[in-house]
Amino acid sequence: MLRPVTDTDGAPFWEYAARGELRVQACAGCGELRFPPRPCCPHCQSFQTEWRRMSGRGRVWSYVVPHPPLLPGYAELAPYNVVVVELDEAPRIRLVGNLVAGPGEPVNSLATDRLRIGTRVRAVFDDGLPRWVPERS
Amino acid sequence: MAAGSGGIKDATAIVGIGQTPFAKRLPEDERTLACRAVLAALDDAGIAPGEVDALASYTMEETDEVELAKACGFGDLTFFSKVGYGGGGSCATVAHLAAAVATGQASVGVAWRSRKRGSGPRPWTNTAVQLPTPAQWTRPFGLLRPVDEIAMLARRYMHEYGATRDHLFNVALACRNRANQNPAAIMYDRPLTREMYMTSRWISEPLCLFDNCLETDGALACVVVSAERARDCRRKPVYVHSAAQSLPAQHHGMVNYWNDDPLTGPAWAAARHLWKHSDLTPQDVDVAQIYDAFTPLVLLSLEGYGFCGRGEGGAFTEGGALETGGLLPVNTGGGGLSEAYVHGFNLVNEGVKQLRGTSTAQVPGASACLVTAGEGVPTSALLLRS
Repeated sequence: MLRPVTDTDGAPFWEYAARGELRVQACAGCGELRFPPRPCCPHCQSFQTEWRRMSGRGRVWSYVVPHPPLLPGYAELAPYNVVVVELDEAPRIRLVGNLVAGPGEPVNSLATDRLRIGTRVRAVFDDGLPRWVPERS
Repeated sequence: MAAGSGGIKDATAIVGIGQTPFAKRLPEDERTLACRAVLAALDDAGIAPGEVDALASYTMEETDEVELAKACGFGDLTFFSKVGYGGGGSCATVAHLAAAVATGQASVGVAWRSRKRGSGPRPWTNTAVQLPTPAQWTRPFGLLRPVDEIAMLARRYMHEYGATRDHLFNVALACRNRANQNPAAIMYDRPLTREMYMTSRWISEPLCLFDNCLETDGALACVVVSAERARDCRRKPVYVHSAAQSLPAQHHGMVNYWNDDPLTGPAWAAARHLWKHSDLTPQDVDVAQIYDAFTPLVLLSLEGYGFCGRGEGGAFTEGGALETGGLLPVNTGGGGLSEAYVHGFNLVNEGVKQLRGTSTAQVPGASACLVTAGEGVPTSALLLRS
């Protein structure tokens, strides 16, 4: 399985994720959240940034179910899901991830016919990667 | 044409086109295929290789200018450019040559594309070059291939606008039907039915096998000169009426999930520029060659270039609209889905064939053709006229 290959701007996201925190880069000047992380703010051009903690709650914006041919490690798990989640605090911040049946469960642990756009989800962390589980309603 | 106010409108023309055979596997290497396509295009134009002084290509092309110029015997090159973003650069090569020729930077330009995508490796399998930003945000989660990235937008598009798999099938079918008329097309003798489409294997749900372009070895090229010079060439000139590149504000190539409106992409920004500098409107377009690495890109492009309203791309395909005799015949050589996938360059050459009147699926009296490059990446487009 591929690990995130980070860059200077992205590294803090993964450092926080390793501690079980979902944080998104924000401009310390005008307060706008931005993703993916970048050196400066496209709204006010400030280089001052902060990392704002998110609640970890959101909704499924879209999803796919990949089938082979895939890279080794992924092919064995197919069909699995990949979701894009829009965050409650900032619907235009959308994170790619996987919907899993529960914390620590694999990316093919949820039946694909249970996937829906709009499903409410919350973040859990597994080996430094954020994953998403359906909210109990 | 006077320099300045007129811009590049009708100042240049495509006067030669060339191509190699298309196949899943061709024995010759990429460089040899490039030379064959380029020399065929120059012969078609009736222009000697020694007169070439400009080249334009786009990335993921391994044959560079030095190799091509030495091998083919070009003259002194005074202009050469390479456009980024893979399939988004196809039309931009002609746009760059048109600008160079119109402003006197060069007089005979050649654009080309050669690929060994049929017998060579799939680019997404090379993880060493696939993990800079933004790959860290996508690939660890198994969003690995271009088809996965576009399927994500397609699912959202279908959800928001009520588009269906039948709409995607309409795109695949129109391309296949045209390929069935084109002896050079890889799918020339292989018809497609709705049952085949609906029962084919998934690649990345909601996209199936037939929503994906072919994997092809092959090469194509074209020759651009001034409108004045074009009148003395061997073939009927096809004028570059309008051209655009487009990287919209806050766009994010392929994984365009991170802006206010992910379902309007580069086509919209390209279209604004293209039509602004054109005497024509979408209603004047007789035939279109729309980049079709994946079927949903065609629906988005139909909206972006103004053939229908937002969210109407699926409905637009109904009633045979994309077929011969329909509202807008598209990809009349078979496109990337059924003729050959050579990063969209076959769409440029097919546009020229339509305006010469020599397409294997000729639209009677066609005088204006839109050609587009990849939607979903920083893109480009051409409006050609006879």
